[in-house]
Amino acid sequence: MGAVYTLIALGLTLIYGVLHIINFAHGAALMAALFAVYGLNQVYGLDPYLSMGIVVPGMFVFGYGLQRFVIERASHERDENILLVTLGVSIVMENLALLLFHSDTRSIDTDYTLSTVTLLGCVLAKAKVISFVGAMVVSALLVVLIQKTDLGRAIRAVAKEKQGARLMGINVEHVYAMSFGIGMASLGAAAAFLLPSFYVNPTVGNGFVLVAFTIVVLGGMGSFLGAWVGGLLVGVVESVGGLFLGDSLGQVGIFLIFIVVLLFRPQGLFGAKS
Amino acid sequence: MKDLRAIGVFALLVGLVPAFSHSGVILNWLMMALFATLLSQAWNVLGGFGGQFSFGHAVFFGTGAYTQVLLQLSWGLSPWLALGLAVLISAGLGAALGAVSFRYGLKGSYFALVTLAFAEVFRILALSVGFTGGGVGLMLPLSESFGNMQFSSRAGYVWLILCWVVVALLITAFLRHSRFGAYLQAVRDNEDAARALGVNPFTLKCAATMLSAGLMGAGGAFYLQVFQYIDPNLVYGSHTSISALVGAIVGGMGTLWGPVLGAMALELLSELTRNLFGELPGINLVIYGVLLILIMVFLPRGLVGLRERWVSRSQRARTPLGLAPKSPVTERLSAGELPVTQSERPTSGVGGHGDAA
Repeated sequence: MGAVYTLIALGLTLIYGVLHIINFAHGAALMAALFAVYGLNQVYGLDPYLSMGIVVPGMFVFGYGLQRFVIERASHERDENILLVTLGVSIVMENLALLLFHSDTRSIDTDYTLSTVTLLGCVLAKAKVISFVGAMVVSALLVVLIQKTDLGRAIRAVAKEKQGARLMGINVEHVYAMSFGIGMASLGAAAAFLLPSFYVNPTVGNGFVLVAFTIVVLGGMGSFLGAWVGGLLVGVVESVGGLFLGDSLGQVGIFLIFIVVLLFRPQGLFGAKS
Repeated sequence: MKDLRAIGVFALLVGLVPAFSHSGVILNWLMMALFATLLSQAWNVLGGFGGQFSFGHAVFFGTGAYTQVLLQLSWGLSPWLALGLAVLISAGLGAALGAVSFRYGLKGSYFALVTLAFAEVFRILALSVGFTGGGVGLMLPLSESFGNMQFSSRAGYVWLILCWVVVALLITAFLRHSRFGAYLQAVRDNEDAARALGVNPFTLKCAATMLSAGLMGAGGAFYLQVFQYIDPNLVYGSHTSISALVGAIVGGMGTLWGPVLGAMALELLSELTRNLFGELPGINLVIYGVLLILIMVFLPRGLVGLRERWVSRSQRARTPLGLAPKSPVTERLSAGELPVTQSERPTSGVGGHGDAA
């Protein structure tokens, strides 16, 4: 779980780092991606891992369009408006899913859902191992994209100094939408890794969105390394908490960590005190 | 004074409706619309005037509802007494959560997130602990009498909720015309500048949260009295927070009549969709969400902003120089409508265009 959390949080932290907005629709978008993976599997019998080839570009286009045509227009240069618009988007998506798919919880069966592998004497679910390794690889790719490519440089330039980047001939609006699209695309990948060992229902995003926010805040807003460490940390805390307190109270643990982190270390574990 | 007169007229007109109409449909709609108005107005106190956007106002709503039911069931308290205590406890919770959040300087998105998390924690706790009845919920035994705050006709509920809406409107009018309200809006517009002028943002924001939470708690207690049943998902669920917020934003944040207008419009809309589509799960919230997005894109100041836009356009046509429009607060400060200390009051009071909205 930790590695998938990392992937979700990376998307969120990318959007935050560049656009300086908190994307409230992150959980709902993950839910949509999960439903897309589920639908492709049910209707066309596509393997969840292979469906990434469709869902990831699909989510990218969705994210790009959302930023370009909805969020940008609604912002009127005020952060609060962006927050409210993304909240609106998440309300619409979540309830549209409720309307279309009802509140049933669904999961998929693959031939590897129940198979296990033995690693260093531990029996592990195969799907979880694949999702861990896969999510790690995709997160690494994401970091390479940001650090090494021209697009990545443009994104970092815009994140640091918007006006300066604009003067250098970077199309800021385009970069914004690209970042949003990449953030959404990483959700598509996360969804594909998640579904074989998880489930989907219209409100599944809610749990994840707060977890992702916790990770991002824990790791320091906009920091990639922080998102990695935070993701793994929260994954461990959740499993251990769930083991000792039961599932529902384990969730309270996550929220409490979130509140405590926000209150006492809003700059994150690695952030400097501003 | 103008506001007070308007509130009086509003109360009189709405209060007379049950005398003329016994139609269950109309009274039921009126009751739900006033209920939605109370929630939106409560959110407006903190979100519109204080500039602190809460995404978890259900936490106060649910606490009010649970206080109301538990005081009656466990202690056998009269609902009228319980109502007072429910409001006080919700307000107290508001002050406490506000103090914790603002003490550590949370604002903007962070404040929205922390309120959301608080609401979720309360919802999960209410599901897990014993005395709230867990997921099964709690039921208030039905016995209709004035003393039990359970009325045989909707008219009683309409009058009850109208009283609370009037209280909320009076608080909002107070925010518009008092020094406290002016300070609060100054903090909203520019916290650092307000602090530099000697305003204490922390106390102001906590007080605003307290007022807002108290009103929200009254809403929760009212909900219990009407429906006589609550469970954690119902009263701590996010839809309460959302409808409070959307009503205020659609109508116009930081105004007196905006939330009234917005909440009534939303209730009308959801009544229409109920007739058109029947009881589909989630359809209401889809419409609320779409409306929220549309309003943010096209009318960021809400329905009330339509009128202001029209007024300012006709004014701009009359001013030869393209003077920058002043914000409502500055305008009213310079027009001498808001109480400022004597030395600050400008000597030449050029009248503004009167109260906006």
